[in-house]
Amino acid sequence: MVHGKSTLAKIIMGIEQPDKGAIFLDGQDITHKKIEERANLGIGFAFQQPVKFKGITVYDLLKLSAQKEITRKEACDILSKVGLCAKEYVDREVNGSLSGGELKRIEIATVAVRNSKLTIFDEPEAGIDLWSFQNLIAIFEEIRKMVKGTTLIITHQERILNIADKIVLMSNGKIKKIGEKEELLGEVLQKADCCKLAHKKCKK
Amino acid sequence: MDKIDKTLLEQVTGVEGEFEGAYNIRKNGKGIERKITPNINIVTKEDVSGIDVYVKENTKLEFVHIPVIITESGLTDVVYNDFYIGKNANVIIIAGCGIHNDHCDDSRHDGIHRFFLEEGAKVKYYEKHYGEGEGTGKRILNPITEVTLKEGSSLEMDSVQIKGVDSTIRTTKGNLIGDNTNFVITEKIMTHGEQMAKTIFEVNLNGQNASTHVTSRSVATGNSKQIFDSKVYGNSACFGHVECDAIIKDHATVTSTPEITANHVDANLIHEAAIGKIAGDQLIKLMTLGLTEEQAEQEIIKGFLK
Repeated sequence: MVHGKSTLAKIIMGIEQPDKGAIFLDGQDITHKKIEERANLGIGFAFQQPVKFKGITVYDLLKLSAQKEITRKEACDILSKVGLCAKEYVDREVNGSLSGGELKRIEIATVAVRNSKLTIFDEPEAGIDLWSFQNLIAIFEEIRKMVKGTTLIITHQERILNIADKIVLMSNGKIKKIGEKEELLGEVLQKADCCKLAHKKCKK
Repeated sequence: MDKIDKTLLEQVTGVEGEFEGAYNIRKNGKGIERKITPNINIVTKEDVSGIDVYVKENTKLEFVHIPVIITESGLTDVVYNDFYIGKNANVIIIAGCGIHNDHCDDSRHDGIHRFFLEEGAKVKYYEKHYGEGEGTGKRILNPITEVTLKEGSSLEMDSVQIKGVDSTIRTTKGNLIGDNTNFVITEKIMTHGEQMAKTIFEVNLNGQNASTHVTSRSVATGNSKQIFDSKVYGNSACFGHVECDAIIKDHATVTSTPEITANHVDANLIHEAAIGKIAGDQLIKLMTLGLTEEQAEQEIIKGFLK
């Protein structure tokens, strides 16, 4: 469903530019800041489709993400927290030999290690198998302990919505509501059910 | 040896100070230092310029360093080095050439290396080419490597040329005559400015279950030109895999010409080639980690050529 969630996330990170409006971080207008400037100001972004690299290892990527020298043990600790058997992965290249679920966890690790003020996850459940999805909830619970700032997760999944403190409801490119989870979750799920029903009717 | 000599040797071999094992250092067309060991003998050729290296059978994990350095502008150095590796020997050979040219005449080194591996022998062969200096004279390197493998033997060749070589034609030929032989070639090249690099691979898979893996990763920048020409002939029940990946920048050009020929029904040959600029999503990912576009590009290239 195209409601502009990923577009908004990319606009916050600076990957896409807004037609109008402004982006503020901690009261600072960052609308015209470059991607790397926003990253250095404290925005982290986990891609829906993790990027693959030839020759760059998981350890290399974690070091680049942390923007400082981290030990192999520290890298392994982070990988363990996202559910990867660290020793098996730390020296592997971030390339097509890894499964969708493995790449997704590595992507999450690269963002978590930054400990940003605002960490954005764009549909983390996309493109992963059921087993990986079931572990994703536990990973986010772990990330909540690791990352001190705000975590913004774009998702359609009820189980991920359940771990939220607040929910932002978007429709047709506009924010319709912002509220506490308890306040909005029922409405969101009801809308999702209606959509599913409408979708089934359309199919018929 | 002066400071320039030492720098060139370090760049080519990665070794600071004394070499381990046997070695032969050649400077400006002449051998200047040599050491042999009980298992490895080095003999000067009498008919042409060069050396014969003899490794006794069953030698285990010994090193042979044979670096060449050129600091004389206008010199053309041609050397013929032959390696005779005894049965079941296992050695690491480190070769390569460093040229320092501060003047206007071209400096050139053509190193012709032939390897003859007896049954069960194993060789890891590292070859690095490097150029430096402020002169307008070109730094030219044209290495030729010919490998003959008998039954059960294998050679892994790792070839690197990242900096400072203006022109190179690199020819590598493999003749896998024995059964269960394996020839692995990994090549990394980066060219800048007006540099030119041509790579020619030709591997004949004659023995039963002979195999070859050729991997070439290159980065072409500026107005440089690269040509990758590979030929693999499967003449038996064998396996051949050639992979050529190139990143292209600016106004550089890269040509990859694969040729795989199966002359036997059980020959299994694969060629993969990909040429393109750095993917935009790779740059963006690294920029979201706080790197500038330029830093992101450097990291991607560094990883690609690692």
